Amino acid sequence: MNALARLAAAAALAFTAAANAATAGWPLQDADTDVGNLASLQRGARNFVNYCLGCHSLQYMRYSQIAEDLALTEDQLRANLMFTGMRIYDPMLSALSAEQGRSWFGNAPPDLSLITRSRGPDYVFTFLGSFYEDPMRPAGVNNAVLPGTAMLHVLAPLQGLQRPRFETIAVEGGKEIQHLVGLEPGNLPGDLPEAAFDSFVRDTVAFLEYVAEPHRARREALGVWVILFLLMFTAFAWFLYKEYWKDVK
Amino acid sequence: MADSKAAADPGAGRFARFGAWIDARFPMTKMWQEHAAAYYAPKNFNFWYYFGSLALFVLALQIVTGIFLTMSYKPSAEEAFGSVEYIMRDVEWGWLIRYLHSTGASAFFIVVYLHMFRALLYGSHRNPRELLWILGVLIYVALMAEAFFGYLLPWGNMSYWGAQVIVSLFGTFPLIGDALIEWIRGDYFMSDITLNRFFALHVVALPLVLIFLVVAHLLALHEVGSNNPDGIEIKKAKGPDGRPLDGIPFHPYYTVKDVFGLGVFLVLFAGVVFFAPELGGLFLEAPNFEPANPLLTPEHIAPVWYFTPYYAILRAVPAFLNTQVWGVLVLFAAVLLLFFVPWLDRAPVNSIRYRGPVYKTALMIFAADFIMLGYCGLKPAVAPFTMMSVIGTIVYFAFFLLMPWYTRIDRTRPEPARVTK
Amino acid sequence: MNETIDKGRRQLLTAATTLTGAVGVAFAAVPFLASWKPSARAKALGAPVEIDISKLEPGGMLKIEWRGKPVLVVHRTPEMIGRIGADDSLLADPGSNASRQPEYARNPERAIRPEYLVLLGVCTHLGCLPQNRFTPGASADGVLTASWPGGFFCPCHGSTFDLSGRVYAGVPAPTNLEIPPYSFADDNHIVIGLDPVKEA
Repeated sequence: MNALARLAAAAALAFTAAANAATAGWPLQDADTDVGNLASLQRGARNFVNYCLGCHSLQYMRYSQIAEDLALTEDQLRANLMFTGMRIYDPMLSALSAEQGRSWFGNAPPDLSLITRSRGPDYVFTFLGSFYEDPMRPAGVNNAVLPGTAMLHVLAPLQGLQRPRFETIAVEGGKEIQHLVGLEPGNLPGDLPEAAFDSFVRDTVAFLEYVAEPHRARREALGVWVILFLLMFTAFAWFLYKEYWKDVK
Repeated sequence: MADSKAAADPGAGRFARFGAWIDARFPMTKMWQEHAAAYYAPKNFNFWYYFGSLALFVLALQIVTGIFLTMSYKPSAEEAFGSVEYIMRDVEWGWLIRYLHSTGASAFFIVVYLHMFRALLYGSHRNPRELLWILGVLIYVALMAEAFFGYLLPWGNMSYWGAQVIVSLFGTFPLIGDALIEWIRGDYFMSDITLNRFFALHVVALPLVLIFLVVAHLLALHEVGSNNPDGIEIKKAKGPDGRPLDGIPFHPYYTVKDVFGLGVFLVLFAGVVFFAPELGGLFLEAPNFEPANPLLTPEHIAPVWYFTPYYAILRAVPAFLNTQVWGVLVLFAAVLLLFFVPWLDRAPVNSIRYRGPVYKTALMIFAADFIMLGYCGLKPAVAPFTMMSVIGTIVYFAFFLLMPWYTRIDRTRPEPARVTK
Repeated sequence: MNETIDKGRRQLLTAATTLTGAVGVAFAAVPFLASWKPSARAKALGAPVEIDISKLEPGGMLKIEWRGKPVLVVHRTPEMIGRIGADDSLLADPGSNASRQPEYARNPERAIRPEYLVLLGVCTHLGCLPQNRFTPGASADGVLTASWPGGFFCPCHGSTFDLSGRVYAGVPAPTNLEIPPYSFADDNHIVIGLDPVKEA
């Protein structure tokens, strides 16, 4: 009795929080990725290694699989994507241990092997572009998609530091709250213009989508043939069925 | 097939002689005759009659893919999630085997729901097929248990919390509740121990039960004979040779027809497996791509789609007298009611073709209601879904409990003597 | 049932459907059979292993694991190399014709470089781990007599092998100890499981 009640309460609470987050929340942008574009995936892989792998692992992704799927030679792989001392069959593990992560950030940075399957590419895309200046946070930045995130604005040198735009809304009891309504370029510009930054993030998210399901391209390519074959089989079966059923009056 | 006369002939071919050798020791030809070549099925089966053979196919598919998945899956809290990803990435073709199994689970329920609806359409549950229907409902219950245990195995966060919610149902029983859930879990929370026993039940115990029940279901069917869209007994009109005039041998007529049906099914099935294995989060839910986390509930816990009608019924019942047990009892009652349908239905005719407008309306409302309940069960328990669930639950029970009344007052038409096209 | 049955068409369609179905079943069987092949993880664990041999003293032996089997690397002294071939007449397969080794190791020293012997520590009789008994003469434990020329000795059933892992005649083991594919990455590193790159 109490177990279910507790659980229902927890679920209701979680939902209310989610609903609030959704209403007060941040609209997700369309990531508009192209997982079939090898060049985009290759750039995304490089971006990931340079900016993300320092803290986030892809524990289910082997370098060798990337080489095979992204048409990279072992030398290219070693030169661009791998740290020294790693073997080609190794999974992409971050140098940061979970212990270190917990002590530095309070939370171990999550493994990102499946992040686009659990949260969706749009979420990751919008999240990466929605950091803004917030002096109240320990790291000086906050995120519009995931308020209070422990993650640092790793892409700040590229994007620059955005400034939040707040709207003051009155709530019951004559109080006022600050409601985040937009982000705009701040005083510290980044190295990349907005369009280039978006495409940088898009490539990275496309790579993560590939990582979430490395065999997807293979699956879809094979599916066409399987369905064509099954249609042929079904056609034969149809004629056979009609032929035999001529008997049935 | 060699019949006994050919076998006795000394000049018969080697193949026929081998057949006779086996037949003297095992009823091979006899079984083939009884269940296929000389099993007379009504000639007027329509679209709704594909789903029985399809259910059998999906059962076989689940068993084969399941056996291959157990070869790489690790039933431990530490390794389960990783081993599923290992299957999806490292095992050659593992992704295909896994998607066949996960899509197969949903396909099983789709096929079984349509198969059961067919029974309600044409009165396949009625005298003399009550036991056939009861065996079918038992298969459905075993299938629900099988699916529930299997859903925990990937050890994703939705697996974990979904199982947690359902196990908690048993905690609502007064006095014994807490002890009961501890006994089910074998621990004080959903743990490695729970996963391990659910694995055993999913891969050994329930498949055995299912196979046994399916064989019994088929034997019962072939004993009483198949119903048909006209709901009349084809055995009543027999020719001089003793064969039903409206019957045709299952083989070859229905084997070729079912093979065609299988082809259509496989095209649709392959479409999901190869192009939409998650089916928008319905077949594989997004939160299940995060490992189980006892400290973090998904934003919204919903069971897999095939359980949601009953989940909505569970949530529709409020707690009173300081306990929530009522929802659980109503949920169990909703399933138990299915067993009594053969006796609740008092119509003088079997098939919807000759029933009156009342049953037709009731059945359509029920089907729509079941889908609506399923939709509500997927949604969070807020307005308007709470109210819709309550209405849906009342309609669900009304359909069954009022059945003795409305099937009797309905304006039915007389059944024909012979099947129609 | 019906006089107008077109038997030919019926047979043709039955054959076409059955054949397509059989091909389909065969195709469908491929993924299941192929799923038994070594997985990417197995391949990762069975990937070539690099060993540093700079610390291996002459006369010494290293033992490492590769693909679940012990691999022995022996640094043979010039004296040991000199003894190879002294009793070819006592060996069962001195030319390594019936034994398993890469072509580049099918010589009396059974090695790419005579000073380094690489072999699987798996007795070809029943798979025990042979011991290194490189010192000639009777052993302290009494299992080897004064005539022992030095080599490998299998404790399970007493098979004996010379300093190249070649089996003596009249012991239970039928063939020489197997040599895995290996190559030299440089003078100080041997890679087990990787054939030498062929010079063009």
